[in-house]
Amino acid sequence: MKNLTGILSSVLLTLLGLAIVTFMIGRVMPVDPVIAAVGDNAPEAVINRVRMEMGLDQPLVFQFLHYLSQIVHGDFGKSILTRNPVTEDIARYFPATLELATAALLIAAVIGIPLGVWAAVRQGRLTDQIIRVVCLAGHSVPVFVLALISLLVFYAALGIAPGPGRQDIIFEGMVPHVTGLLTVDSIIAGDWDAFRDALAHMVQPVVILAYFSMAYITRMTRAFMLDALKGEFVITARAKGLSAAAVIWKHAFPTVAVQLVTVLALTYAGLLEGAVVTETVFAWPGLGQYLTVSLMNADMNPVVGATLLIGVIYVGLNLLADILYKVLDPRVR
Amino acid sequence: MLVDIKNLRVAFETRTSRFEAVRGISLQLGKEKLGIVGESGSGKSLTARALMKLLPSNAKITADTLTFDGIDVLSASERGMRQIRGKRAGFILQDPKYSLNPVKTIGSQVAEAWRTHKRGSRKQAEEAAIDLLDQVMIRNPRTVAKSYPHEVSGGMGQRVMIAMMLAPDPELLIADEPTSALDATVQAEILRLIEDLVSRRGMGLILISHDLPLVSHFCDRVMVMYSGRVMEELKASELMHAKHAYTRGLLDCIPSLTHPRDRLPVLNRDAGWLNP
Repeated sequence: MKNLTGILSSVLLTLLGLAIVTFMIGRVMPVDPVIAAVGDNAPEAVINRVRMEMGLDQPLVFQFLHYLSQIVHGDFGKSILTRNPVTEDIARYFPATLELATAALLIAAVIGIPLGVWAAVRQGRLTDQIIRVVCLAGHSVPVFVLALISLLVFYAALGIAPGPGRQDIIFEGMVPHVTGLLTVDSIIAGDWDAFRDALAHMVQPVVILAYFSMAYITRMTRAFMLDALKGEFVITARAKGLSAAAVIWKHAFPTVAVQLVTVLALTYAGLLEGAVVTETVFAWPGLGQYLTVSLMNADMNPVVGATLLIGVIYVGLNLLADILYKVLDPRVR
Repeated sequence: MLVDIKNLRVAFETRTSRFEAVRGISLQLGKEKLGIVGESGSGKSLTARALMKLLPSNAKITADTLTFDGIDVLSASERGMRQIRGKRAGFILQDPKYSLNPVKTIGSQVAEAWRTHKRGSRKQAEEAAIDLLDQVMIRNPRTVAKSYPHEVSGGMGQRVMIAMMLAPDPELLIADEPTSALDATVQAEILRLIEDLVSRRGMGLILISHDLPLVSHFCDRVMVMYSGRVMEELKASELMHAKHAYTRGLLDCIPSLTHPRDRLPVLNRDAGWLNP
């Protein structure tokens, strides 16, 4: 119980810090929110009136408290670019990123973890070397290079993959919006053509993001497993007469599962942050793209809103990892 | 003959170097208690682990004979070894803090050892585990079975280890410095427990230790090792009157409460020991 209050208060503190940082972003940026809203040519009187309406004439502390109460109520103001409330925009853009990130993480984990274990077991042998080279490539080749090559080969030259975007134009707006995840929504609507189309569009960005994340997950799994396999309890397990598979999966692996949770949580958070580059190359209307476009147009409300969301995701996933720690590792209970 | 070893050598090889850690050990063991003593790095543990083929993959084992109850260990497959490990020969490691799996309950670890070699349901294995914990004199076996290794003391952990290794009723028990990580008072308890179980079950025992007086009380025979070789082998009762200069040197280094000395002597090594 004491533990829980500790965790909750540290989460609240982190969120407060996050609010302060995002508030500061809104102030330090060399953008006058009043001018951004009313335009360069507005008369002096209008500018002054709007400045007062926005509360910008008040002391900074009051402005911050006002900002706090706004974000607690889920109000991030309007986007100048889209003229929609920021929350509405995020609700539309974020599912695209969520769909991409979740699919990529699942694939990366399902392939990366066994691969890392395998490499550790075969340390120094050919299998290990191959896995390590594959991972090194995945981690060091910039995502946009892979993305462009992929588009060039599979879309432009071979024509077997769909082009950029989330769906073909003919399917645009065909599937009723439920979750915002096109694959899920099309299943709900029972529209299998739309589902196939959405899935086909996901393949390239997902595979590239999955490869990148897998490289990291494999490397970390390998390192954790190498450490675990050196443990005396592995000798004990072998001395008991267990098979190699049982020693690896029932004894060594459970001890690294805890550390892997953190790796997976941070990888997922990184993916959700919006794989900006991937989203740009594939014209994927996700959070990363929304954030980038808003930033380039000095549209501060969406920037602050999206930044806050990303921060909350990080805090949330860290919290989740902390809780899973306690479930998986009896030593920290 | 339970164990027959002739001219056992264990070497570690890298691309550029080769180091021989065990250099021609021979030993025979029936259902008796053999103590192996010697300083750190003398090859005691490696000899025991070679018998179970539990050495790291870069270790090269060669021997004229290396058999367990007539089974050739050298040529045995991994599958064949699994019929010996645990089932016929148990292996107790030094420190239960590291040798028990930290994320599995004590009960499940003992039950697993039982279930690997005996046929039975999960439920039966759990009952067998609790019975085994009771046999190693753990007072509240049901509670302990549900706890994790970090929640019990070192002495208790070593009892758990013993219970685990005795689960499939092996004929041989190898104890690799089973009490070095424990307090002096607990050491005696654990050794008494091992002695009691080994003689009651009529098992063979290889006890690896640094502690000469302990081994002389506890074992039937003692083998003294130095630098990968056997210096001498003698009846445990005669250990205190050993002839070999190395053994005498070791004995001389033991501090005594009844005849305290200002300064303990330093062991003078003789290069001739290595070329008998």
